[in-house]
Amino acid sequence: MTTVQPAYRAPKRLGGPPPDRSGQIARHDRGRALRATAFLAPALAVIIAFVFVPALSALRLSFTDASGFGQESWIGLENYVTVFTDPNTLRAIWNTMLYALMYGPLVIAVGLGAALLLNRKDVPLRSFFRTIIFLPFVISMAVASLAWAFLLDPNLGLIPYWLGTIGIQMGDIFASTTWALPAVTAVAIWKNFGYFMVIFLAGLQGIPRYLYEAAILDGAGAWRQFRAVTMPGLRATMTFVIVFAIIGAFQAFDQIYIMTQGGPDRATETIVYRIYTDGFRDFRMGFASAVSYVLLVITLALGLIQLRIGAKREQDLE
Amino acid sequence: MNQTTTASPAPVGPASRRSPRRRASAGTARALTQSGVVAGLLVFAALTSFPVVVVVLSAFSPESEVLSWPPNFIPSRFTLENFDGLIARIPVFSQSWNSFVFAAAVTGLSLVFNSLAAYALARIDFKGRYAIFTVLIAVMMVPFQALLVPLYELISEIGWVNTYAGLVIPRAADVAGIFLLRQFFITLPRDLDSAARIDGASELRVFWSIILPNAKPALLTMALFHFVNNWNDLLWPLIMTSDSSVRPLTAGLALLTGSATGVAPYGVMMAGSLVAIVPLVVLYLLVQRRFIEGVAMTGMKG
Repeated sequence: MTTVQPAYRAPKRLGGPPPDRSGQIARHDRGRALRATAFLAPALAVIIAFVFVPALSALRLSFTDASGFGQESWIGLENYVTVFTDPNTLRAIWNTMLYALMYGPLVIAVGLGAALLLNRKDVPLRSFFRTIIFLPFVISMAVASLAWAFLLDPNLGLIPYWLGTIGIQMGDIFASTTWALPAVTAVAIWKNFGYFMVIFLAGLQGIPRYLYEAAILDGAGAWRQFRAVTMPGLRATMTFVIVFAIIGAFQAFDQIYIMTQGGPDRATETIVYRIYTDGFRDFRMGFASAVSYVLLVITLALGLIQLRIGAKREQDLE
Repeated sequence: MNQTTTASPAPVGPASRRSPRRRASAGTARALTQSGVVAGLLVFAALTSFPVVVVVLSAFSPESEVLSWPPNFIPSRFTLENFDGLIARIPVFSQSWNSFVFAAAVTGLSLVFNSLAAYALARIDFKGRYAIFTVLIAVMMVPFQALLVPLYELISEIGWVNTYAGLVIPRAADVAGIFLLRQFFITLPRDLDSAARIDGASELRVFWSIILPNAKPALLTMALFHFVNNWNDLLWPLIMTSDSSVRPLTAGLALLTGSATGVAPYGVMMAGSLVAIVPLVVLYLLVQRRFIEGVAMTGMKG
């Protein structure tokens, strides 16, 4: 081709390599590193002091019998042996897993359901519904817990009363070893499903319309469209959301502290609740640190999965 | 209701272009699904707003009625006595102020610290930036709940228990925030700052007058998350404050439940809950569009 070349090169845009300045190299490199360090310093100082250092001291504490009152001695793996043999601690881990097993699927299903309804273009008042359904997400779990404790109170609550008028005796669910854990889980689902709805709405909007048009031309009904187009289209979102829900579930605390205090009979004690009571009520700081490390390892493992999915999601988006 | 009817004539009206039979049935089917969808959404909206409505109504209801059986949904008269009770039990004004100081200070500081760090990671090419970024990502997965015990020991060694510093400084930067801002800064075109650099602008100047003004949506999203999360936080203030002079409202309310003997003072607690949620609900309603978009874009939480 013999077209006339423009006298200048078009500058590279959007994340391209920086302009080539290899003439000035070393001095500039050092200057840049210095400036970058200055920019990073405040944030890194905070993170090193309040994440790194505590993470290391938690590890050290977990091998001691620290009680928060000076004296502490090295006891090796004893705390970890206790974590995995003490029935109460095992119960807390088990409760947390049950909580995650209820919370994850339900919060996702309810969030997806709301998103599917709200994603339809022909629905009136979409932004009104979106605003209302997302509302509980900005309310604190503590306030949500107080409200639900009131609503479900067997002696005063509207819900037991209304159920009673149609012949259902609900009793005190927070005193039931069977129902207390599902009840605290339900409050978390109530508070958070709007968040999942929004994530799913974003995912749904990423599915190209022509896929649905093609499916309709092939005679697919609503269910078939959901199975063949929506679900595959949401795969990346779904995996991300599942890991996210599980990580959240492993950190449950607020509603348990307010509604059940771990009871009845330890039925709602979770890992973080144990960290709180062991560490700050019973002053078994060494043991609480061992429990913390169990939580940390679980979350780290889940986080790594999430990261791989995140990377994959970015690829899928490109 | 009015809006529902004015917005929905579409499925009924335009059905007059295809063959009469099919058109009618397709029209009805569509109207049916549409009303099904609206009914479903109404159920969801009722579920989410019902407890909030109950909080509001009971907060203004006479205490005797809050604590009566059968319970009233709508109080017989509206009164402020629960708020009097609240003020008598906890220093609600100073605790609200504490919540505000805590949330606002964390938000302000972390906006500054996080955006500086994110700028370095996104916009300055230096050796080691990839290494630092990788380490930060690993740190992002450490749940702060796992650090409570050593954090408490650390804070008490410095003498910061029951101080604003103890509440705020450990939260003054966070990896999730750095990560989010870095992602955003990277998407800004290179020419934006390279021109300024060639003209001799300092790094700080490029950051302040070029990158930050272009990153307003991301900064706003981050600010909202930080404000809401810290205003709502329970566990951290519960541990770091034993003295109600710095204790934020959420922790104050939580301790109110524990202090009850016999029947919980629900009327007072609903009044307290209302005080705790009003500022956030107002903020949310003002910026809800941005907030929801921010969630959708970043998936950032907690």
